[in-house]
Amino acid sequence: MIKDEVEPLSVFIGEAFVDPAFLSGQALAAMLFIMVQNPWLGMIAFSIVLFQAFLIPRLRRRMLEIGKERQLRARALAGRVGEILEGVSEIHANDTSNYERADISNRLNRIFFLRYESYRRKFFIKFLNNFLSQVTPFLFYFIGGYFVIVKETLDVGQLVAVIVAYKDLPNPIRDLINWDQTRLDVQIKYSQVIIQFVSDDVQSVESQAVELDSPARLSGEIAARNIAVSEDTGAKLIESASFKIPLTQATAVIGEVNSGAEAISEVMARLLPPTQGQIQIGDQDLYDLPESVSGRRISYVGPETYLRQTSVRENLVYGLKHAPLRNPEYTGEEEKRRLWEVSEAERAGNTTLDIHSDWIDYEAAGLSGAEQVDEKILEILEMVDLVDDMFELGLRGLIVPADEPELAKRIIEARSLLYNKLTNSDLADLVNPFDPDKYNNQTTIAENILFGTAIGDAFAEDKLARNEYLLSVLAESGLDTVLFEMGAKIAGTIIELFSDLPPDHPFFARLSLMTADDIPEYEAALSRVSGVDFEQATPRDRAMLLKLSFAYIEPQHRLSLLNDDLRDRLLAARKAFSHSLPEALASAIELYNPESYNARSSLQDNILFGRISYGVAEGAKLVHDEILSVLQELGLRPAVISVGLDFNVGIGGKQLMSVQRQKLSLARALIKRPDLLIINKGFAALDTSQQTQMVERVLKGIRNSSGEAQTGVFWVLTNPNLAARFEQVLVFKDGSLVEQDDPKALNREGSHYSELVTHGK
Amino acid sequence: MTLEDEVRVLMRIPLFAKVEPSKLKLLAFTSERVVYSKGQELFHQGDPGDAAYVIIEGSADVLVDAPDGQISVAKVERNAIVGDIAILCDIPRTATIKALSDVVTLKILKEQFLELLAGFPEIAVEVMRVLADRLSTTTAELTTARNRLHELGD
Repeated sequence: MIKDEVEPLSVFIGEAFVDPAFLSGQALAAMLFIMVQNPWLGMIAFSIVLFQAFLIPRLRRRMLEIGKERQLRARALAGRVGEILEGVSEIHANDTSNYERADISNRLNRIFFLRYESYRRKFFIKFLNNFLSQVTPFLFYFIGGYFVIVKETLDVGQLVAVIVAYKDLPNPIRDLINWDQTRLDVQIKYSQVIIQFVSDDVQSVESQAVELDSPARLSGEIAARNIAVSEDTGAKLIESASFKIPLTQATAVIGEVNSGAEAISEVMARLLPPTQGQIQIGDQDLYDLPESVSGRRISYVGPETYLRQTSVRENLVYGLKHAPLRNPEYTGEEEKRRLWEVSEAERAGNTTLDIHSDWIDYEAAGLSGAEQVDEKILEILEMVDLVDDMFELGLRGLIVPADEPELAKRIIEARSLLYNKLTNSDLADLVNPFDPDKYNNQTTIAENILFGTAIGDAFAEDKLARNEYLLSVLAESGLDTVLFEMGAKIAGTIIELFSDLPPDHPFFARLSLMTADDIPEYEAALSRVSGVDFEQATPRDRAMLLKLSFAYIEPQHRLSLLNDDLRDRLLAARKAFSHSLPEALASAIELYNPESYNARSSLQDNILFGRISYGVAEGAKLVHDEILSVLQELGLRPAVISVGLDFNVGIGGKQLMSVQRQKLSLARALIKRPDLLIINKGFAALDTSQQTQMVERVLKGIRNSSGEAQTGVFWVLTNPNLAARFEQVLVFKDGSLVEQDDPKALNREGSHYSELVTHGK
Repeated sequence: MTLEDEVRVLMRIPLFAKVEPSKLKLLAFTSERVVYSKGQELFHQGDPGDAAYVIIEGSADVLVDAPDGQISVAKVERNAIVGDIAILCDIPRTATIKALSDVVTLKILKEQFLELLAGFPEIAVEVMRVLADRLSTTTAELTTARNRLHELGD
């Protein structure tokens, strides 16, 4: 909405001074000329103009109001239509369709009446304009004629001059009136936009001031006095709660839903201001702390995860980006640009802080610089049990070998190590590596010829059968005919096996070469090409059949269509393909090279550099385990995890599973080493044993080597049974704090604690 | 092994004796031939059942979990079918199958297996016969074991 309202402002600003100057100049010139010729005629013209200038805006004003009302009604109508669409089943179920019809009809009528009136006025204004601009010359002729013929005080030439000059008058006047209208309009728009940004409820500037230094650590006790929280509707989230907790204590908070347990954690996290009472940390009121203190010394992990659409690593260090700590150096053009940016930002009242600075507060994480970030992240990931997940993401990730030549080299090392390991074990047949001089039986004919990964469209799988270059290479050795006939055989077999099965038969799930719908098309194609050779077949039929043979893998399809002779010929085609590859297509494929890293394949595929044999039980898992041990041996695990950290989590983190998102939120909260960690049911997606492990890990992780707690924990537990592992438990019931003690003391007959804990089982 | 060879192998298996060769070819095409090396498990007790296996070559042990380790309750050889119970009764695997030598199997996924039974009553009857056979063997062994226990208890 803001965007639509602001656009006309910029259009107007460009012409705001030019238009009136130009137009009034024009009008004034014409008017003066007429005056000079004959003051009476001049008076006539002037009075008509004045009349126009008064009347038209008045009429226009009403039109604008109508226009606004029409806009509102049109929006309401659109909303109503949307509502009807959503609730159409209700309408049918209740026989209220005629009621809805009456409503829509009424709305359409109202809008029509508004439009009708609006256009009537519009045409009236037009009529008025035209009338006035025509009546004036009439008057000139009439009155002027009188002066010329009867009174003889006026010359015919003068009269004609006046009439001609008058032609120049109505347009500028009309345009001036329009300009004035636009001016009013724009002013209204401007105030409408500004109003959106005025609010009484804005936080003070000081609370979010930029703070370059690290604030002092919090210390003392957390003291909550008579906390009560009610919602706007009057519902009480917390009736009363008072407690004192040492800052570094591990406190569990339990209670049923709406008991106040969740609400108190939100109060502690400064998300829910209490309607009564106060919370102090040490001698400072929690809600008076500036965000530079509360945001850096307190962490909150809630039930909802908020991840930004960027890499895992960026999401993790997000919690450290408080202030621009290291500004970049600008030179030349960039420097000028930056200065201009700063001055414009100042004039608009925006911040001049530089997004390109290094905002990461390494000190807060206990690091001395950017190089140590990944190490620290690894530590934290171990605490939240995300290491294996990141490792797997890393295996599936891509890298740019030009940017990371060291890593690429070591992956090649891993590749040969894997190869050696496999050939010297009883798993020798597990992987068929890509060897430029051997046909790879475990992959398709197409991949064997191309021997590389396709970049972009040219060599994409579904377009291969029509690729000019590929076809020409095959034609040279006569392979095109051979593969065409092979395709026909494959189609024949499939049709023989599948043609009398219904299309939804489960066996189709195992047919990869075509879908059930393709079968009739292939039947038709086969009948067209039977008895006809390759030259005479249509390009479409050729493409259809070649597609089949391109996807053929002997061990998978077992139609015994490949023999050694054919394999040798295909190998020769491979060499011919890469040898004569034209410049234009060189960037459309990355060829497999045993000595180099393939930038289009994942890390794992680069280590494997081959295809897993069909028919070996658990083949994929065995290979995976071998790759893991190879990476462990070469000490490449951290490097792979680093690649995993580059993974983009998608909008709202949806590329990750919810368990991973929740763990990531915790990791982000921990990386800044807060004084107080507040967790509010942050792990609903984890199962009981995973939750137990998480609690154990966190409670252990916050202790230093001497066993002292460095961070206070305030945890609203999803599973009350875990409260036994904490130093103290706060029990909430019906909005009030009913019990506060260590878990052993609370574990007695009749206590609220024991009720919740046994229920939890 | 080509499709034709597999069909010939399948034809020799009593389970598929009464099925038309063309249908056998379809079955061979849509199932997977999986090779297990000695000591590998085809599946483990408690796992969800996603496929049945027909043993084409080799032999395997049928093991069941007991408080002090695994007990071998039977041995399966060429032409036998395993893994059918979990699919038919929709329960987790009732036993662990471990290869005693290199084993070549034909892996038939759950949906295809059920389709096979529905489409070929002959196969269904054979499967029933196999299960009945197993049941009578098991009953006999159970009786023997119970008697022994009874004797030891006195």
